[in-house]
Amino acid sequence: MLLTIRSLTKTFPGTKALDGVDFDLAAGEVHALLGENGAGKSTLIKCLTGAYERDEGLITLEGETISPRSTSEAQELGIGTVYQEVNLLPNLTVAQNLTFGNEPLRFGMVDRRAQLRQAEAMLEGYRLDIDVSRDLSAYSVAIRQIIAIARAVALSGKVLILDEPTASLDAREVETLFAVVRGLRDKGLGIVFVSHFLDQVFDLTDRVTVLRNGQKVITERTADLDRVQLIEHMLGRALKDDVVGHAKAHQAGREWPELLKFEGFGRRGHIAPFDLSVGEGEVLGLAGLLGSGRTESAELMFGLAAAHSGAARDAKGTLDLSSPRKAIAAGFGFAPEERKEDGIIADLSVRENIALAMQARRGWMRPIPRAEQQRLAEDYIEKLDIRTSGPEQPIGDLSGGNQQKVVLARWLAMNPRFLILDEPTRGIDVGAHAEILRLIRQVTAEGMSILVISSELDELIAVADRVIVVRDRRHVAELTGSEITTDTIVHAIAAPDRDTTEVLA
Amino acid sequence: MNPRLYPLAATIAIFLLAWVICVMQFPYMLSTRVVGNLLTDNAYLGIVAVGMTVVILSGGIDLSVGSVIAFSGVFIAVMLRDTGLHPILVFALLLVIATGFGAAMGWLIHALAMPPFIVTLAGMFLARGAAYMLTIDSVPIDHAFYDLLDDAYYLMPGKGRLTLIGLVMLLTVSVGMIVAHRTRFGASVFALGGGEATARLMGVKVGRTTVMIYAFSGLMAGLSGIVFSVYTSSGYPLATVGTELTAIAAVVIGGTLLTGGAGFVFGTLIGVLTMGLIQTYIVFDGSLSSWWTKIIIGLLLLAFILLQKGLLRVTMARVGA
Amino acid sequence: MTALRRVTPQLLTLAALVALVTLFFPDFLRIEVVNGRFVGTIMDILKRGAPIGLLAVGMTLVIATRGIDLSVGTTMAITGAVAAWSITQGYGLGGALVLALLAGVAAGLWNGMLVAIFGIQPIVATLILMTSGRGIAQLVTEGRILTFSHEGMAFFGSGDLLGIPSPALLWLLTAAGVALLMRRSALGMLIEAVGVNRAASALAGVNATVLLIAVYVASGLCAALAGIVATADIRGADANNSGLWLELDAILAVVIGGNSLMGGRFSIAASLLGALIIQTIDTGILLAGFPSEYNLVIKAGLVLVILVLQSPNLSHHWYALRRAARTRRETAMDRAKETGR
Repeated sequence: MLLTIRSLTKTFPGTKALDGVDFDLAAGEVHALLGENGAGKSTLIKCLTGAYERDEGLITLEGETISPRSTSEAQELGIGTVYQEVNLLPNLTVAQNLTFGNEPLRFGMVDRRAQLRQAEAMLEGYRLDIDVSRDLSAYSVAIRQIIAIARAVALSGKVLILDEPTASLDAREVETLFAVVRGLRDKGLGIVFVSHFLDQVFDLTDRVTVLRNGQKVITERTADLDRVQLIEHMLGRALKDDVVGHAKAHQAGREWPELLKFEGFGRRGHIAPFDLSVGEGEVLGLAGLLGSGRTESAELMFGLAAAHSGAARDAKGTLDLSSPRKAIAAGFGFAPEERKEDGIIADLSVRENIALAMQARRGWMRPIPRAEQQRLAEDYIEKLDIRTSGPEQPIGDLSGGNQQKVVLARWLAMNPRFLILDEPTRGIDVGAHAEILRLIRQVTAEGMSILVISSELDELIAVADRVIVVRDRRHVAELTGSEITTDTIVHAIAAPDRDTTEVLA
Repeated sequence: MNPRLYPLAATIAIFLLAWVICVMQFPYMLSTRVVGNLLTDNAYLGIVAVGMTVVILSGGIDLSVGSVIAFSGVFIAVMLRDTGLHPILVFALLLVIATGFGAAMGWLIHALAMPPFIVTLAGMFLARGAAYMLTIDSVPIDHAFYDLLDDAYYLMPGKGRLTLIGLVMLLTVSVGMIVAHRTRFGASVFALGGGEATARLMGVKVGRTTVMIYAFSGLMAGLSGIVFSVYTSSGYPLATVGTELTAIAAVVIGGTLLTGGAGFVFGTLIGVLTMGLIQTYIVFDGSLSSWWTKIIIGLLLLAFILLQKGLLRVTMARVGA
Repeated sequence: MTALRRVTPQLLTLAALVALVTLFFPDFLRIEVVNGRFVGTIMDILKRGAPIGLLAVGMTLVIATRGIDLSVGTTMAITGAVAAWSITQGYGLGGALVLALLAGVAAGLWNGMLVAIFGIQPIVATLILMTSGRGIAQLVTEGRILTFSHEGMAFFGSGDLLGIPSPALLWLLTAAGVALLMRRSALGMLIEAVGVNRAASALAGVNATVLLIAVYVASGLCAALAGIVATADIRGADANNSGLWLELDAILAVVIGGNSLMGGRFSIAASLLGALIIQTIDTGILLAGFPSEYNLVIKAGLVLVILVLQSPNLSHHWYALRRAARTRRETAMDRAKETGR
């Protein structure tokens, strides 16, 4: 084995990001590392590349124990990484990027000609026909990725980690990139390939390791797995029965009066036009793998990105959803996936975070009286069991689950008719998890409609009255009532997608 | 043409256009005398703008340079008045102080993780205050060596004078071009301006580079102070108030991105000369008031910032597609 | 209570300064009533501090949105010039005030649009007006010091009401008014939300663009008031020197007030104390017989101290140190318990 990892453990305050994970990488293999967000992929990679220090466990490279403490140390040891985006500097030329830190010097000055020659030599064998004296920004993301790979290989040369390298590439570019990766594999490099595109995993990799909730689920030869098995391993049955049990209320055959209707709603490059009707008091689930277009659908509905086609209607007529403010005015709410970046206002108190949306709707001239804010906050702290020292505690000090509850409280206080929850239970402990599911049931019983986006199938099965399956940026299936089972969802997600990719491109 | 060159091309085009307009109205402005004066009058600004270019390329800003120039002038004048040291020794001493001062600011910026703007603001107060503490009056410099420096010039064809300080400025620009565009340090500067996180990933030693960047700017400000003291033959603590802003404007008009990561030291020279040209034109015209200089420079500044913003959007759109 | 705790460091600094100056200049605290007006060094500080104080009010709001307004000193010059010009053109006091305030609004709108709509960084956007604005002011005054004699206008600079100098009154009333507006309406909270996290605020329905423009307009208005005071004080508009480098003092006042340059929580009262601290240093140094050249060095020292206190790196170190100390203490106690047993 080129690289072995034994019982790697890494804990962050509140969560165990990696819990005794084993991983092997042979020379001359492409090894896929799979898992949903929060499964521990990036933590594993960061421990490997020296961005994090591991708590426990052993990493050996060619038989020697290593503990890199920085990216450059990992590079010198032979572990190079190519990320989705931040690898190189677009404001420098290709040659400068390739030779950065090792520029050929003459009389203490950079020898430009030698630099160009060196860069061209580094790109040899990558089948790129580009002018290395141009700015990197002149080239497409695919070419930049290959340049980044060339740099990483030249600097490190043993292990190459590719972290979602294809996320923004089209099909032909992916092929070019894969040809490069196969070439490197045949030269004897060990390659770790992180991606959420299953087709690519089957296309490229020799073995697969699946992580879920910080633990290793399986390591298997790719050829011995099929899509359905792989997806089951990834989405799994992570929830305990007691979490799910109470939430599920049997509602088979029930009809919901139509509240909203999206017709031909879509945006090029984000999500293909879709039709969706939302019932009053209905819980809709949006299932799909990461990057399938789940979040894009939500962003379109909430006016974060403008729709290129279609319209949304309610009983009274067409709705203007051109901005979040308009969407809120139309009675929408949206609790985003990236809680820290898009959800909480870290320095403000729990009270202010709860009152914010309501205040924004009332306008600055009609402040919510302090006493009412206080009551609102205390109300929701009690109702949602938010663990905080009080309404005045800054929300940034709360745990992830409690922050999520505050964001939920912000929207519940608005009493929207349609609330979109993007991964509402991500990074939340089991107790809070169950409470949030119970809450969803409770508010829909009072007439609110909710759209839940989730990568946890059991969660969708537990709360959703109807599940829309998204694949390759299209809404591809709609399941209702007893059709909603792990099997049906997994099969809908897994259906081969060759036929649909063309339509989008 | 490489899109990276557009701002530089725009700068040069604007400069040439401005000159053509000037010459059409006042043919005399084509003479080497005017050229010589342009170089001499703007020598101190050109030198300090070279340092500012490097700082801005790295994504930072240095508000202290105007005060450092004033301090330098005062320091030299007072040392020459009160001690028997030779000017060259005083110059060396001053350059060490100015460089150390810049390095200290760079270290603070890195160590405290504070915005350069506020750290160098403190530096601005400190240097100006130090100048005041040396003297509050204008101190004339009366030294044989200074007369020598003052009279040193090369007579160009057409009776224009390429003075020593004008030459020093041109040399400094050349050195700045090499430092910024042809050394590993320069590559690190551009890398920092392109994004600190990525730069770190690529192996830039961020702390060391930051200290060196501000040390370089300090050195340039010190050198500019020497040149300014030769130009005015005196040291005055209230001199060159606001020069940091003029230098920043020259850098931006020279086609350097104010957010860092892209630009040219040579462009800065053109930016300085463009500003000098506007002033010269107004002097020649006689009827126009000097405040037009400020307004035109402001408009140029706006035009370049919007041009950069537009270019950025164009490249972003292309990458996104 | 919390408000008082918030400004305690500033109050202590100011008290220490006053004590220090009084040591050198015992009459510092004395206020006399002469011809029905209060006279004394304190009154003088309140009066002279008016421009910095006024600018600091607007600057506090801008900095709360994680911005900065470098153009306020220049805006002072423009609005002062406009006021003086209007008086000499015979538009009367009302016309002069309205036109000057309008000029301030225009300057703020310009900055705000560059920042909020064009997405230019605040320091860059406001730099444009900072460099070119003095030219505009000189355009208005035609390069001269535009003098006027108009008692009504002069009142804003050297008059007094109820024995208190009118600039001091204007400053304190503006500050109190803005502070009240911020806390009695929802503006304060919305501004803080946008400053801390513009994306999340916009998602919650806050109109961040309009708010951003509004704070720059507020800053322009405050600069206009400061410009009127400065012009009224010398009964003329000096486009070259009015408000020169005051933007830096205003920023300093805000920072001394403990407001973070990273935006978020702000306190106008604390900024005002910051302005008072700066003005007390200025005046105190003169009074105590120190040469005024110490002024800048002391300011530089103050900035450095504040930088060190505010530094994110350092607060991290502090936190780590405190935690380490606590763990040490706790283990020591545990050990003591064990040995005791």
